[in-house]
Amino acid sequence: MTVVKTKQSRNDDGLAAVVPAMAPPVVVRRRRKPLTWDKVSFFAVFLGLPLAIYLLFVIWPFIQAFGYSLTDWSGFSPTQNFIGFDNYARIFSDDIFMKAMGNNILLVIVLPIVTIILSLVLATMVTVGGSSKGQIKGLRNSSFYRVVSFFPYTIPAIAIGIMWGQIYDPSGGLLNGILTGMGLDQFKDFAWLGDKNTAMTATMFVIVWGFVGFYMVLFVAGIKGIPAELFEAARIDGAGRLRTAVSITIPLIRDNIQTAYIYMGILALDAFVYMAALNSGGGPDNSTLVMAQQLFFTAFSKGQFGLASAMGVVLAVATLIFSGLVFVINRLTGGDKDVSI
Amino acid sequence: MTTKVSTPEMKSLHFQPRKPATTPGDKLVGAVSHTALTIWSLIVILPLLWTFMSSFKTSSEIFASPFALPSQWRFDNYVKAWSEAGIGSYFLNSVVVVGSALVIVMVLGAMCAYVLARYTFPGSRAIYYLMLAGLTFPIFLAMVPLFFVLKNIGLLNTLPGLIIVYVGFALPFTVFFLFSFFKSLPHEITEAAALDGAGEWRTFFQVMLPMAKPGLASVAIFNFLGLWNQFLIPVSINAAGPRVLSQGLAAFAGQMGYAVDFGALFAAVTVTVVPVLIVYVIFQRQLQGSVSQGTSK
Repeated sequence: MTVVKTKQSRNDDGLAAVVPAMAPPVVVRRRRKPLTWDKVSFFAVFLGLPLAIYLLFVIWPFIQAFGYSLTDWSGFSPTQNFIGFDNYARIFSDDIFMKAMGNNILLVIVLPIVTIILSLVLATMVTVGGSSKGQIKGLRNSSFYRVVSFFPYTIPAIAIGIMWGQIYDPSGGLLNGILTGMGLDQFKDFAWLGDKNTAMTATMFVIVWGFVGFYMVLFVAGIKGIPAELFEAARIDGAGRLRTAVSITIPLIRDNIQTAYIYMGILALDAFVYMAALNSGGGPDNSTLVMAQQLFFTAFSKGQFGLASAMGVVLAVATLIFSGLVFVINRLTGGDKDVSI
Repeated sequence: MTTKVSTPEMKSLHFQPRKPATTPGDKLVGAVSHTALTIWSLIVILPLLWTFMSSFKTSSEIFASPFALPSQWRFDNYVKAWSEAGIGSYFLNSVVVVGSALVIVMVLGAMCAYVLARYTFPGSRAIYYLMLAGLTFPIFLAMVPLFFVLKNIGLLNTLPGLIIVYVGFALPFTVFFLFSFFKSLPHEITEAAALDGAGEWRTFFQVMLPMAKPGLASVAIFNFLGLWNQFLIPVSINAAGPRVLSQGLAAFAGQMGYAVDFGALFAAVTVTVVPVLIVYVIFQRQLQGSVSQGTSK
């Protein structure tokens, strides 16, 4: 709004007459008003208060963490010596932490892909699974599926973990009950979370279970935002369902997919709650140990706060690298320029 | 809808879709879709039902057969979980903490987003990006220093300390979401309010805030779920304080170890799950709406 409108400026003149004499000469720029008590207090409270809390309890700890990571601080010793990057060197030569990092990388690769594909397939079925004649329609009773699939998202992650811990229970669990009931007797007393070959897969399934419904709802919303004419046009041009999904639906909701990918990835780099609930000790052979668990243990059990902070920095850098990668790949493959989280 | 005289019958006549003929292909796709969705729904529901059913059993009944119905529907598991294991007081703590944090973060977040979205001043972009940065950084990084920040101001292991940290960490999401919402409200309204003599405060509380209600509701729902489910923050900075539900549940499960009262554990999980689930089923329409609002900008 740089264009000067005569009508507007006359309006401002009228306003200025009401404002006390201390007002500077009226300029035609909009929203340039003298500082009043009303305005000052407004800014102080509206911006100052939230910002103060945010800086003190979020930003300041983040900054401090970088500082701590360069010291040998144990948290309770009065001195903290600057030791440069020794903590980082220690982390990267620590086999257990590297194992945990490997597990996180595995999670980052598998979790987003499986969750997104599964929720995308279900969302597509819900929205365009109906008749191929007439209006584009979803399945009948599709809202039932949508509501039910969303259930896990409303359950606290720790409750999900505890519940599944019981389901995987070797002797009294639901899963082995079903499998032996189907005649697969080799699963009697099989410890899903106690065997290093299955522990990670079983854990990943729990996380997928918790999030598919949420992303399904997100994708359903995205698909419903696509104008129906596009689907109809594709249909008239003879595109089948699969073709429509691949060539119309996915490109048009790719921003949603990117958002989902980043959220799922960030979650996979954390994953603390699920791991803590399902195998609090890191699982057989540390097969489900993640960096966050190791950080928590180092900080609050061993009291090595300097070292733990360095682990936190590694985790943060990994998160940033991951988000950056997703953006770059999406951009390179022709995604939207705008970032929409 | 240009004509106002159309009667309901006309409308319904107009919108009556022709019954399209179903082809065999449609039927197949429909059947496959229904099957797949039904299977997934079962995968979601069965564990929940099983948990609910097991919460009425004794430990020995659970181990005897995972499927058998409880011999009698006993509620003493719930009594045990609620009072002996302390789930009741944890529940109350959670309600207090999440409720207070939610109210505070909605007010502060709305105010901050409003200022950032409607006023241009030096540094406003910088503040906005600072908020964005808070969204992407892992909470983990902040936990150790946060522990000492709270210790220094004497709020470690207290509910007020937990509340204020919840507010801080929910703020970026709230601001980010409401920012675009306030941005979309027309400027003429602020001008009209100013002409009518409303100050900045009144304009916000009496004009803008009521207009932002739909946006506020969506953010509040997501903040509620996020804070209610929060686990890492309480176990880090409230480990020795009055427990919240997620924390208490974990402690209950951990302390039992092998010494087993699984019925009570299932009851505790059920108590945690069911209230939110019921609220969700009642408000699911609004929630689905807010998901679409949050993503289709």
